[in-house]
Amino acid sequence: MPSPEQHRLIFRHIDEAGYSNDLACYVRNGGYEVLRKSVLRKPEELIDEVKKSGLRGRGGAGFPCGTKWSLVDRKSGKPIYLVVNADESEPGTFKDRYIIHRDPHQMIEGIMISCFANKVERAYIYIRGEFPEGAKILEKAIAEARSAGFTGPNILGSGYGCEIYVHRGAGAYICGEETGLIESLEGKRPYPRIKPPYFPAVLGLYQCPTIVNNVETLCHVKHIADMGGEAYSRIGTPGNTGTRILCVSGHVRRPGYYEFEVGKVTMGQLLNEVCGGPLPGRTFKAVIPGGSSAKVLRFGERYKGKRKAGAEMVDYDWGVEDIPMDFDSLAMIGSMGGSGGVIVMDDSTSMVEALGNINAFYSHESCGQCTPCREGSLWMKKITARMVHGEARPEDGPLLKSVADQIAGRTICAFGEACAWPTQSFIAKFGDEFKGYAEAKKAPRPDGVPELV
Amino acid sequence: MKLSAETLRGIDEVITHYPVKRSAALPLLHLVQEDQGFISAEAIEWIAAKLELQPINIYELVTFYPMFRQKPAGRRHIKVCRTLSCAIMGGYRTCAEFQRQFGTGLGEVSPDGEVTVEFVECLASCGTAPVVMIDDQLHEKVDQAKARELSDRIKAESRATAGTR
Repeated sequence: MPSPEQHRLIFRHIDEAGYSNDLACYVRNGGYEVLRKSVLRKPEELIDEVKKSGLRGRGGAGFPCGTKWSLVDRKSGKPIYLVVNADESEPGTFKDRYIIHRDPHQMIEGIMISCFANKVERAYIYIRGEFPEGAKILEKAIAEARSAGFTGPNILGSGYGCEIYVHRGAGAYICGEETGLIESLEGKRPYPRIKPPYFPAVLGLYQCPTIVNNVETLCHVKHIADMGGEAYSRIGTPGNTGTRILCVSGHVRRPGYYEFEVGKVTMGQLLNEVCGGPLPGRTFKAVIPGGSSAKVLRFGERYKGKRKAGAEMVDYDWGVEDIPMDFDSLAMIGSMGGSGGVIVMDDSTSMVEALGNINAFYSHESCGQCTPCREGSLWMKKITARMVHGEARPEDGPLLKSVADQIAGRTICAFGEACAWPTQSFIAKFGDEFKGYAEAKKAPRPDGVPELV
Repeated sequence: MKLSAETLRGIDEVITHYPVKRSAALPLLHLVQEDQGFISAEAIEWIAAKLELQPINIYELVTFYPMFRQKPAGRRHIKVCRTLSCAIMGGYRTCAEFQRQFGTGLGEVSPDGEVTVEFVECLASCGTAPVVMIDDQLHEKVDQAKARELSDRIKAESRATAGTR
């Protein structure tokens, strides 16, 4: 089946010739008209539209946005904060970069509609430290929007006011975790908070109710407010509505960002048709479907079971190529859609070395608060590094697995799972390669195959 | 500690963005590092006093967040992405090329003081791997040839500055 056309909602203007990131260009293209209409509506109505839309968070967890908003404690009398998660730190993910740099006003409009809907009077954009230019672009865009009356006091004469501030991170992955992000925004080390009791919707920033949403999610809110929740829910597939930006990197001919209706494109269509297939003379070996912490998929394996199709349960028997790129299908086959970062590895890649690279990342980024994660991620890194640079033993695979199994479920935040899943899935799916690595590494490294550890 | 008038203005402005002063800790660290090139012990004390905190409250940030450094970097700071998508496209070779060009070790200032070459984790531009940031600017698809080209440009710059001295 040929791949469907891209459906560019969020990335509509991203590669358009002559489209610039200033206010005049955005307004020329109909910008801030949705905000203008939204401030004339009741805030509750907008929340209802988002609920009806079925929008799920695009940052990684895929939690329904409307539900997140409805959990906010509105009776405490404390101010409600909106924090925009622009930390974009999951390896393999690079969609928010383009929104921030090339279409910042779309994001600001989405933020303002979300703030109005939730009666938020102060919002912070937490942007990763590695986007210094992005931070400047956002600051300029906010200033432009403010002087045009789209943010700041008395927005568009409605009597409602809201300020947006940009807050820069400083290179720590854990700040993408919402409670770690909040700690960081409070000027502390980003140690994630334990839930309960610290659900951001109740006890978030400064112990006030707080909404933390991803950049892309907030852009979707603008389109939901525009077309209505019901119309939006007809885009995509049931339970997986709207569009989604898929970021493809690694061993394909045309890596990049592609926006499709959620669930309408399969992994095979995405990689073979949209991205042009494997590099010349190579074949696909493995793919990580939703950012580096998602469990790896091995080309050639089959996924079987029963799934819901409308009201009925039907059997499915899929290869990697057949998996629809939506939240539920990827969860069903034991991985996740996560942040939309698809990392492709071909037959030139050693899975031991690829895992060594991933383990070095998680060991570097563990905040160190929980012992299983701090120690476990370090030992997984040390074992894989030794396998690559020193002696590799047949029992290293099971040893790695046993370390990983002792982390997941024993930590304050989901980083424990994020660092355990790669090891667990690499060993489960490429166990033989780990077992035979000592022999395999005796052969000289083929030309052009890069080091990973 | 001597900070420029512009930095001081920036500091006073940014503190007003938060209902709680402590929140301005990261922004102040960025501003001071941009001004001074690194975060000195004196800077830690100064920021702590400015925000009515103890020095440890600032020190623990400097030691945690990878972007803050307690020693000066070279004139240009070359940060090569080390993470998976860049590595499988040759990031390690790119990094080695920069080290070779400036005769320097990883994370060290080159002998001539011109550059610091560093490996950093994911820069969120995986589709154009391997990527490198030189100071605040992102460079995409930096293979060894492009690393040599960028190095030549940096070397030419330093010759030009040396000439005007």
